[in-house]
Amino acid sequence: MNSYERGPGLPPSRGPLSGAVAGRLCGTGPLPRPVEAEGADPYGDDLQLALYLCYELHYRGFAGVGPEFEWDPGLLRFRAALERRFLSALRADTPGHDSLDEALAALLVEPVEGSGVTHFLGAEGELWQLREYAAQRSLYHLKEADPHAWVLPRLWGRAKAGMAAVEFDEFGGGRADRIHARLFAALMTDLGLESTYGRYLDAARAEMLAVVNLMSLFGLHRELRGALVGHFADVEITSSPGSQRLAEAMRRTGAGPAAEFFYDEHVEADAVHEQVVRHEVIGGLLAEEPELAADVTFGIDATEYLEDRLARRLLADWRAGHSSLRTPLAPHMSHTS
Amino acid sequence: MPNEPADRARRITVQRQGPLLVEGPVEVELEDGTTVSSDRFRVALCTCRRSRRYPWCDTSHRRKTKGSG
Ligand SMILES: [Fe+2]
Ligand SMILES: [Fe+2]
Repeated sequence: MNSYERGPGLPPSRGPLSGAVAGRLCGTGPLPRPVEAEGADPYGDDLQLALYLCYELHYRGFAGVGPEFEWDPGLLRFRAALERRFLSALRADTPGHDSLDEALAALLVEPVEGSGVTHFLGAEGELWQLREYAAQRSLYHLKEADPHAWVLPRLWGRAKAGMAAVEFDEFGGGRADRIHARLFAALMTDLGLESTYGRYLDAARAEMLAVVNLMSLFGLHRELRGALVGHFADVEITSSPGSQRLAEAMRRTGAGPAAEFFYDEHVEADAVHEQVVRHEVIGGLLAEEPELAADVTFGIDATEYLEDRLARRLLADWRAGHSSLRTPLAPHMSHTS
Repeated sequence: MPNEPADRARRITVQRQGPLLVEGPVEVELEDGTTVSSDRFRVALCTCRRSRRYPWCDTSHRRKTKGSG
């Protein structure tokens, strides 16, 4: 079996753009002209899936899709058009802080009455909602820290050393059984989900695809290295308290030991990662390239903007009593007593 | 490296607001004589005494705001 025969199957398309990318990857159709991307909804299912398919070629690819498509010039040209649409929308729509210090300060306070997804799940989340949350988030967590590894060759000195140290921890500190993506796969098993890479791509909402696409966009462009660093800082700074609430939710619902452990580990790990990212990675980067401060700020603000869109989507669906996924999950057999 | 005699001073980073950062691995002896250990490349030790995972920092030192977020 060739290695490219492994990997997830291509998901069904969600419109003409994603359909055309999938068609190109299967060799069944031509690519649209780049101008076709210009009128598309930048946050919609079709554009986000099209972009996701393009980016996934740089990670594990898809079953039956040849690895040479990663550097297919036509596909790269089309991806660039999708990226322009997405990035220009983000730059226009993201409520921006005036300075990096302000953006960081906003992340470093804890609201007493938080209204985010982890506050909801921690206080009143039911098992079916935790399962849906994990299924959506699996798009990132099953390749946790991979998008951020792209930035390593674009950093130097303190920023590189700090970033590599945090990534080393994300990848298990030298031990395969502690790789965070693997810890998340064990969480999925506890929750009665399938932990196969790419399994819930088709079920995930556009808002979730956009969160992962943002990391790939920032990671794959040297020009956006400052934004990648800002994005990573946002994730690490907000993770510890959020993980605390999710660990509580897993305990309260009896989700299982691996489900608790994933979030317990992130409470402690990210309390450290946050410090290293702020002092070493951001501090080191700006000591070398102070002109990137605005990009770091943009990375933080764009991440908050897309995470907020995802949160509103999930909470609206759940409060209305219905599934947040495009295709509902099969029942969790071991918890249906 | 673990299990080798230290050939240089271990660095500890202090901050007025926030945890002590110590190069790992570390073993921490608690008041009751028990020890806990961590082999992370760096560990954050709680100094505000509010951590629910004492002696490890859990970011409980952060300032609370009234508003919702
Ligand atoms: Fe992690
Ligand atoms: Fe982390």
